[in-house]
Amino acid sequence: MRALTEIRWHGRGGQGAKTAALLLADVAFNTGKHVQGFPEYGPERMGAPITAYDRISDKPIRVHSNIYEPDFVVVVDDTLLHSVDVTQGLKEDGAILINTVMELEEVRPYLNGYKGKVFLIDARKVCMATLGKYFPNTPMLAAIVKVSEIMEEEVFMKEMEESLKHKFAKKPEVLEGNMNALRMAFKEVR
Amino acid sequence: MAIKERMSGNEAVARAIKQINPDVMPAFPITPSTEIPQFVSNMVANGEVDTEFIPVESEHSSMSAAIGASAAGARTLTATSSCGLALMWEVLYVAASNRLPIMMEVVNRALSGPININAEHSDSMGARDSGWIQIYAENNQEAYDNTLQAYRIAEHKDVKLPIMICQDGFITSHAVENIELIEDEPVKKFVGEYEPEHYLLREDEKMSVGPYAISNYCMEAKRAQAQGMINAKQVILDVAKEFEAISGRKYGFFEEYMLEDAEFAVVAIGSVCGTIKDAIDELRSQGVKAGLLKVRVFRPFPGEEMAKALKRCKAVAIMDRAEGYNANGGPLGAELTAAMYKAKVSAEVVNIIYGLSGRDVRVNDVKDVFNKLQALAEGDNQFGEYPYLGLRSL
Repeated sequence: MRALTEIRWHGRGGQGAKTAALLLADVAFNTGKHVQGFPEYGPERMGAPITAYDRISDKPIRVHSNIYEPDFVVVVDDTLLHSVDVTQGLKEDGAILINTVMELEEVRPYLNGYKGKVFLIDARKVCMATLGKYFPNTPMLAAIVKVSEIMEEEVFMKEMEESLKHKFAKKPEVLEGNMNALRMAFKEVR
Repeated sequence: MAIKERMSGNEAVARAIKQINPDVMPAFPITPSTEIPQFVSNMVANGEVDTEFIPVESEHSSMSAAIGASAAGARTLTATSSCGLALMWEVLYVAASNRLPIMMEVVNRALSGPININAEHSDSMGARDSGWIQIYAENNQEAYDNTLQAYRIAEHKDVKLPIMICQDGFITSHAVENIELIEDEPVKKFVGEYEPEHYLLREDEKMSVGPYAISNYCMEAKRAQAQGMINAKQVILDVAKEFEAISGRKYGFFEEYMLEDAEFAVVAIGSVCGTIKDAIDELRSQGVKAGLLKVRVFRPFPGEEMAKALKRCKAVAIMDRAEGYNANGGPLGAELTAAMYKAKVSAEVVNIIYGLSGRDVRVNDVKDVFNKLQALAEGDNQFGEYPYLGLRSL
């Protein structure tokens, strides 16, 4: 576990990448960390590429710039691989996590020769099996927690249960599906 | 007991507003301040505050309604950004000259054009001579703390002026960060009830607000208003001292970071100051005597005090997140340079425009400024004629 972990999220407007970044900050805060979760706004519209960031640290965070040399990158939508340089500045002792049905050899050509670790997950499969609807941010959140090792799975699941119970106080029926999505995502990262 | 939380800058000021429980909030939405009236109207709907929320049709109307409510004797606030603040222009002066202690949450954003929604100080800096007190924040914590102190300053009998509580659009307004909140009871005790002396709804005193004044009286009214701003200086310091007693957090006109023995200093406002502090720590570990003067209070302008804090420096970079369009740099640069001249500060001075329309500032950008300041102190000006930080070559 690093003293400071910096994560960059790539998604498309409407997929919840910003929400996932803020949720990750939330969970890390609950385990006693100093956090910063923030979006980078362009012209906001459904489907446009968006970037969001997390800093998770043992010490108070003062810097207010974007993250240029992240430890981890999360790609919520693999169609971005064609147009966005997702590995830009990514540290080689870090990792990239991509939501895709593709295999590693199919993804490689898009990664600009990145030498660090590459993790893949089919978030759609997880969503359809557990939620019946495609909300990729939920499995991606669990997957990046596993990849970045910022906390233990059990600690994460406990914190998420508390936070989802609060979030879905008026819709308790969706709690189980979301918890299942998180649990399954932990297993599906490859 | 402090409450450890995490929230965005907009959530933080909304929480402060909830604790203050003001009487009236007219507002019109504009990015990136929209969430503030949104959160408050939710609180109203949930019965968590007694505030009368007035949805209006424009920012000119929100400020006009705020003036009406404040003149009637209500503790009043609104929130805005960018073009919204610009649309209020005419009535900002009416609020100040009628000595109405309205609070306005300003989430700083660029003015057009090109149209842009990101952080810049051109909106509130454009209103710097409208008679409003202006206090700026580095992060969500300071935005919260400044909001709690606002009415104590604005409503003070020696001041009676409206107050802008400013924070940087998106960079702090939409970033979730750790924060320490104060419990409701000590906040309520600190803020207190608003007991205006003269107000329209007072039955036993007939009065008129905002009438015409002939030249024989007008200038005296303006001088009296100027005195309110002069008096605000002591009140701001007194309120900060009381606030420290309940929060443990110290505030003044500005914050000095590693400034005491600094040979090279940067002066700036807002969220960039956190980034500057990280750069200073790196430079200090390499033996460079770098320091920061972070401006918190811009109106009233503590020029004499700032000049004094900079008097031992060899070279000073004054950073403006607003273009003056005067061929002479930005507003902080112009005013602080004048104050340093009056105080006979001998440091070399450079005024740098940075961060327009949300242009990001990195630790390395700040280190570069300090490197050039060291050269400047040796008579080598590497900044160029009209310095812009992080500008791509045209």
